[in-house]
Amino acid sequence: MRPKNPSNPGRRKFLIAATSFVGTGAVIGAAIPFVAAFNPSEQAKAAGAPAKADISKLGKGEMMLVEWRGIPIYIIRHTDQSLAALNKNLSRLSDPDSTEDQQPDYARNSNRSRREEIVVLEAVCTHLSCAPKFYPELGVTDFDTDWQGGFFCPCHGSKFDLVGRVYSGVPAPTNLSVPPHYYESEQVLVIGEDGEVT
Amino acid sequence: MLTKLLNWVDDRFPLTDTFERHLSKYPAPIGQNIWYLAGVLLIVVLVIQLISGIWLLMNYVPTSEGAFASIQYIMRDVDYGWVIRYMHTTGASMFFLLIYLHMFRGLLYGSYQKPRELLWVLGWITYIILVAEGFTGYVLPWGQMSFWAAQVILSLIGSIPVFGEELLTWIRGDYLISGITLSRLFAFHVVLLPLALIAVVFVHIIALHEVGSNNPEGVDVKKHLDDDGVPLDSVPFFPYDVVKDLFAIGVFLILFCFILFFFPDGGGYFIEYINYEEANNLKTPEHIVPAWYYTPYYAMLRAITFPIGPLTAKFLGFMVMVAAMVIIALVPWLDRSPVKSIRYKGIYSKIALFLLVFSFLVLGYLGMVAPNPLRTTLAQVFTALYFLYFILMPFYTKYEKCKEVPSRIKVR
Repeated sequence: MRPKNPSNPGRRKFLIAATSFVGTGAVIGAAIPFVAAFNPSEQAKAAGAPAKADISKLGKGEMMLVEWRGIPIYIIRHTDQSLAALNKNLSRLSDPDSTEDQQPDYARNSNRSRREEIVVLEAVCTHLSCAPKFYPELGVTDFDTDWQGGFFCPCHGSKFDLVGRVYSGVPAPTNLSVPPHYYESEQVLVIGEDGEVT
Repeated sequence: MLTKLLNWVDDRFPLTDTFERHLSKYPAPIGQNIWYLAGVLLIVVLVIQLISGIWLLMNYVPTSEGAFASIQYIMRDVDYGWVIRYMHTTGASMFFLLIYLHMFRGLLYGSYQKPRELLWVLGWITYIILVAEGFTGYVLPWGQMSFWAAQVILSLIGSIPVFGEELLTWIRGDYLISGITLSRLFAFHVVLLPLALIAVVFVHIIALHEVGSNNPEGVDVKKHLDDDGVPLDSVPFFPYDVVKDLFAIGVFLILFCFILFFFPDGGGYFIEYINYEEANNLKTPEHIVPAWYYTPYYAMLRAITFPIGPLTAKFLGFMVMVAAMVIIALVPWLDRSPVKSIRYKGIYSKIALFLLVFSFLVLGYLGMVAPNPLRTTLAQVFTALYFLYFILMPFYTKYEKCKEVPSRIKVR
């Protein structure tokens, strides 16, 4: 028979509290490996090494695609016209001066790049991570009546200009990211490291 | 001999008691109509999904290298593998079709009203588990649509302010959607979520049998009992409901087989054609659409194109999508009507329910097609209408004029 009233209620209370406390600690401790096993594994971390691109064959107005950390990276060489036209359309952009932290400091300029004529962008729409498509043509397109060249995201209709600055009134909130990059030599671009910042 | 064995078991486990309580003698209200078939058909589909799923599991390879090829292997090399896979894909679409009909029935006849609030919430939990089950299952074939759907949906988590990006990396287990992500979604799809689903469905049925089934009249049959305490306006589950359900299951399985054998990809809606191409993380398909049963929510997500204060449009869209699902659970507390069934509710409730269904269907369409400015505006209007059904419910159900509910069910 269980006694209705414990003879020492204070001790019982203490034991219940102590058991609950230690038990909670044990549950939290046991949860650690399960939570931690969700983190990127060492293998996944190692796969994030820098990528190199040979840009010697990249012509004016052309785009090339390289992969870095599984992300598509677009590299574009401006034409003289497109470089000159960059600042024509600023009123339609939501962050023309790249105030948001979407690029390394050395790319926080009107070309959003380290070298004036080369654009390096992560082709990951800042809305829901689709890869925006490159539309260099000017004029009337399916999605714009006065297109100045740039990127259009097929998923949800976000628009970016040639250096990845987002248009206003589209779902994407910020400009496309510029990955850390530097030029190892005249023709070799390294993506994923800042190199020497001058 | 058999009676003896049964008695032996009954002394140790309430077998006869359970059988009579939940099956043979369960009192089913008279006057239940076709809307009351979705429940039993959902159980049938659950069984189909479990069996076909186990068989698919025997040949599926949950790695980024092997997944796509193993689906092709199942389709081409495994004897009858194609039947088993098409059962599973058809079953997925039927699952959602039936659960939407089942939920609509609940709204139509007030099946969530007191004392069935908990029953409704339990049903809502099965729906949410099913949504997660559908999403994780969709990723497993590792086609283009699988990959990019995972990319889009998981990246929603990244929109959560402050810790979203870290949380996203933790959930993916990588810096992008990769084989690591695939493996964990696979573990959820085949172990965690089915276990949860079966458990909650079980509790849902126990809860149903505790409070009793509703009926299209919304009459409380427990108010008029016979001498044995059985509702007068009810029939025993066996043989009446069993025979009716078996007939319905027969008709349903004929339709199911028709889809299975002649129309398995559902015109690109049950199995999307883009998914016949293997996942490529460098190439987004021209047009990303989720499976048809998510498109209303997807349209709501896309409808939010404006940021508010520090919150991005993406995060708000995500929140709207979540809210659209969560708000369904609150219906028992939003409905202030004195009557259950739409038959006795006033005109406002009828208009509201019609607008809800209409908005849901229009949003479903908008979620399937590519966005343009007109469609975005339409999606915004119908998203608002969808929410207004719920938000205004306490008012229109309270102030409208209802008809008087009879005390007994009339048999026509």
